[in-house]
Amino acid sequence: MDLFAIDLIVLVTFGGAVNWTVGFLTTVAIFGIVALGLNLQWGYTGVFNFGVVAFFMVGAYTSALLTLPHPDAVMVTPSGAEVTGVLDYAGGFGLPVPVGWLAGMGAAGALALIVGLPTLRLRHDFLAIATIGIAAILRSIANSIEGLVNRSSGLSGIPRFLDELASGEDYRWVLLGIALLMLIVVYLALQRTVDSPWGRVLRAIRENEDTAKAAGKNTVSFRMQSFVLGGMIMGLGGAIFAHRFGAIAPTSFSDLLGTFLIWAMLMVGGSGNNRGALLGALLVGFFWFGTPLIQEDLPDFLGNRVFMIRQLVIGLLIVVFVVARPQGILPERRRVSRFVSDPDSAGGRWASLRARFAGSGPRSSPEA
Amino acid sequence: MTLLEARGISAGYGAAEIIHDVSLRVGDAEIVTIIGPNGAGKSTLLKTIFGLLRSSRGRITFRGSDVTRASAPKMVAAGAALVPQTDNVFPSLNVRENLQLGGYRRRRGTAVRLAEILRLFPDLGHRPAERAANLSGGQRQMLAIGRALMLDPVLLCLDEPTASLSPRMRSQIFERIRAINEQGVAILMVEQNAKEALRLSDRGYVLVAGRNALEQPGEQLLANPDVGRLFLGQETASA
Amino acid sequence: MLKFANFAHGDLMTLGMFLALAVVVDAGLHGGAIGPLSFGWGMIPAALVAMAGVALVVLGLDWLVFRRLRARGGGFITMAVASLGIGIGLRAIVQLIWGPTAFRYQSGINEATTIFWDLKVKPDQFFIFGLTLLLVVVVYLLLYRTKLGKAMRATADNPDLAEVAGIETEQIRRWTWVIAGCLIAVAGIMLGIQAQLRFSAGFHLILPMFAAVILGGIGNPWGALVGGMVVGISQEVSTEWINTGLKPAVPFLILILMLLLRPRGLFGSTI
Repeated sequence: MDLFAIDLIVLVTFGGAVNWTVGFLTTVAIFGIVALGLNLQWGYTGVFNFGVVAFFMVGAYTSALLTLPHPDAVMVTPSGAEVTGVLDYAGGFGLPVPVGWLAGMGAAGALALIVGLPTLRLRHDFLAIATIGIAAILRSIANSIEGLVNRSSGLSGIPRFLDELASGEDYRWVLLGIALLMLIVVYLALQRTVDSPWGRVLRAIRENEDTAKAAGKNTVSFRMQSFVLGGMIMGLGGAIFAHRFGAIAPTSFSDLLGTFLIWAMLMVGGSGNNRGALLGALLVGFFWFGTPLIQEDLPDFLGNRVFMIRQLVIGLLIVVFVVARPQGILPERRRVSRFVSDPDSAGGRWASLRARFAGSGPRSSPEA
Repeated sequence: MTLLEARGISAGYGAAEIIHDVSLRVGDAEIVTIIGPNGAGKSTLLKTIFGLLRSSRGRITFRGSDVTRASAPKMVAAGAALVPQTDNVFPSLNVRENLQLGGYRRRRGTAVRLAEILRLFPDLGHRPAERAANLSGGQRQMLAIGRALMLDPVLLCLDEPTASLSPRMRSQIFERIRAINEQGVAILMVEQNAKEALRLSDRGYVLVAGRNALEQPGEQLLANPDVGRLFLGQETASA
Repeated sequence: MLKFANFAHGDLMTLGMFLALAVVVDAGLHGGAIGPLSFGWGMIPAALVAMAGVALVVLGLDWLVFRRLRARGGGFITMAVASLGIGIGLRAIVQLIWGPTAFRYQSGINEATTIFWDLKVKPDQFFIFGLTLLLVVVVYLLLYRTKLGKAMRATADNPDLAEVAGIETEQIRRWTWVIAGCLIAVAGIMLGIQAQLRFSAGFHLILPMFAAVILGGIGNPWGALVGGMVVGISQEVSTEWINTGLKPAVPFLILILMLLLRPRGLFGSTI
C-alpha cells in the first residue's frame, strides 16, 4: 500500500480549500513534469517504460543525499532538541538545492542509460519488463542496504529551496511557484524539442521503425536519447518532490503512485501531446487526490474501501482509454507531410498499425 | 459457368482507398491473370476477395452465394484457397506440419491428400521433416501452393507466385499451375511476369491505379500495344 | 503464444489463488488432509472452481479488451498497456473482496523431511514439483502433438496465414486463453500452498516469471520449466551471500545477462 499517499492527503486537507488547492496544484505540477517525461518516451517515441517511479526515486534520493548535511552533523529536531547521527545515510554534502536537482537529473539519466543499453535494441516489451523490475530492485536496495538511504525509515530534514523567501504557511506559495515554473520550463523546452528535426525522427521511429531505419537513422540511438532525456525529466520531478516534503522513504515510491498513476494521466490526457499529458495530470490528479476528501461523507462500507475503488478506477481508466479512445482526450496534432494526400492514412499511430496489420507482411518487432 | 464474381469493389487500408470500383469474373476451371504496374492494387484486390480486407463498396459472389463479408476461413470452407505473396508458410513448422495445417478443416483423408501433394511436388516429398524456414525460395513457394491445395479447392488464388524466383524455377511453377488447372481447379493469379502468365491464361485483366483498365483474352492482351506500353514495357525496363 | 507481455499474469494467479480459498475456507470444504500434504480433497473442487473462474475472466477480458485491440491492429504494445491496467484493477478487486490481510488454505505446519545433507523438503513441495512436471508434459504434448496445438502455433507464427489456411484464429485464441487461464489458476493455487495468500503475491512474481520465460526461450514450455528452476534456485541460493532483502534483484540480473548474451533464450524461441 502506498502509505505515503495517505500522508499526502493529510497534508493537503489541512487548512481549507485555498491551501488544499495550493498543495494540490503543486502536486499536479510535479506529476505533470513526470508525465511530460513519460510522454517524451512513450507518446513521442514509443519507448515503453513501466518503471517511471525508478527514475523519480533516483532523482529524489540523489538530490536529497547531496543536499542534506553530513549524517554526523548536529540537527535540530522540531521540538528544539539537538541530535546527531540519527539518520544513517551516505553522502550528506550540504550542496545547494539546484545542484542536487541537476545531479538528480543526471543520476536518473544514467539509470536510463544502464537499463536501456541491454534492452532498447530488443523487443519493445523487454524494456517494459526491465523497467518494472528496476523499480522493484531500487526499492529493495533502499530498504535493505545499511548506510545508504537510512533504509525503510527514510530521510528527513531535506533542505527546502528558497526558504528565505517566505516562512511558515506562506512558504507553500513559494513551493507552488517553483513547481509551476519548473513545469513551464520543461514544457516549453519539450515543445521546442519535439517540433525540431530530432522530434520528427522520434515520431517517425514510433510510426514505423523499419522505414526510419531505411532512411538511415540509427533508431536505437534515437530511442536511447529519448529514453535518457525522459528519464532525466522524471528525475527532476523526483528531486522537486523530495525537497517539497523534506522527507522521503521507500514507501513514497510505490508502483501505483509513481508509475501507474502517471500512465493513467498520459492515457487519459492524450499521449503524443504535451498539453494532453498536462490535462491528464490535472484530471487524474484531481480524482486521485480528491477522492479522499469525500471519504468522510461516504457510508462506512464504502468509506473504508475508497482507496481500493480509487485504484480500480485507475486500472479501468487505462484499459478503457486504450480500448475506446487510444488518442486520449486531446489527440496528437497531426503533422502530415505535404507529400501525403490523405492525412488519415499517415496520421495517428493506429492508422499505420492498422495498415500493417491488414498487410500480410511481417509486422512484429524487429527482433521477433 | 461463373465461379467467382466481384462487382464494383472499393477497398483499402484504413481511410486510404487503394482500389476503386473494380470488377472481375472467374469461370469454372479458367485461368485468369491480373496484371498492372506496382501499386495498382492487385494484391489488395485478392485480399479483399479473400476477406482479409473489408470492401467499402461492391459485392462479391462465389459459387452463387454472397461472400462480400465472409472471413478468410469461410472462403476456405466454401472451396477457395489463397497463396499470399510473402510469409506464405509457417516458418517454425516443418513441411508435413505445414501441409497438415493446410488440411486443418478436413475431417478425413488428410494423410491421403498429403501423400498426393508430396507426389505433385517431389522436391517437398524428399524432405517432409524439414523446417519451412530452411527451404529455398522455390521450395517454399511449392509448399505454399501445396498447403493451399490440401482442401481440394475449386479456386486457387495466387499472389505473384513467381516473384523473386529464378527463370528456371519460374517456369517450373507455371508448369505446376497448368497441371493443377488441368485437374479442374480455376486459377486467379496476380503476376509481374506478365508475358509468361498471360500465355497460360484464358483471360487477363489490367489494373491501373486501382481501376479496371482492360479485360481481354490472354493472347490478345499480349498483343495489345497499349498493354505493352503500359506494363510489359515497364517489366522489361525493370528486369 | 498470444504474443504479448501480459502484465496482468501475476494478478490472474492471485485471483485463482483466492478463488480456491473461497471454496476451501469460506465454503468450508477443507476435506481434511491428503496423506502428508497440508491440504485436503477439498482442494480438487477448489482447483476446478479456480480454473473455471480464471478461464472465464480471461475469456471475458479477451472479448472486452484484447479482441478489440486486435481488430484495430493495436499490436502487442497496446495490449501490454491494457494488461497493466487490468492487473491494477484485479489487485484492487481482490483487496476489495478479501482485504489486504494474508491468508492460508489451512492452518498447521507442513513437516519438512530431510533428504540429504541440509536439504529439507516439504511434502507439499514434492507435490508441487511433480504436478509442475506433469503439466509441462501435458502442455508440450498439446502444443506439438495435437491439431489444436499445431493450430495454436500456426496462429502465433502468422495469424493472417492461419486464417488463409482455414483456421478460425479467434476461436484458437479463445482456446489458448482457456488453457492459459486454467494453468494460471493452478499456478496461483501452488503459490498459495507454498506461501501465504496475499493480494500482491502474484504481482511480485512478474519479474521472476518474465526472467524464467526469457531464459528458457519465449513460447517454449520445456524452456520455461528449466528457466523457472534456474531463476528459483539461484534466487534461493543467493541468500547465502547477499542480503535477503535483495532477493528480487537476482531474477533481474539473470534477465539482463540473458538479454545481453542470448536474447532468444537458452533453447531458442518460436518467435
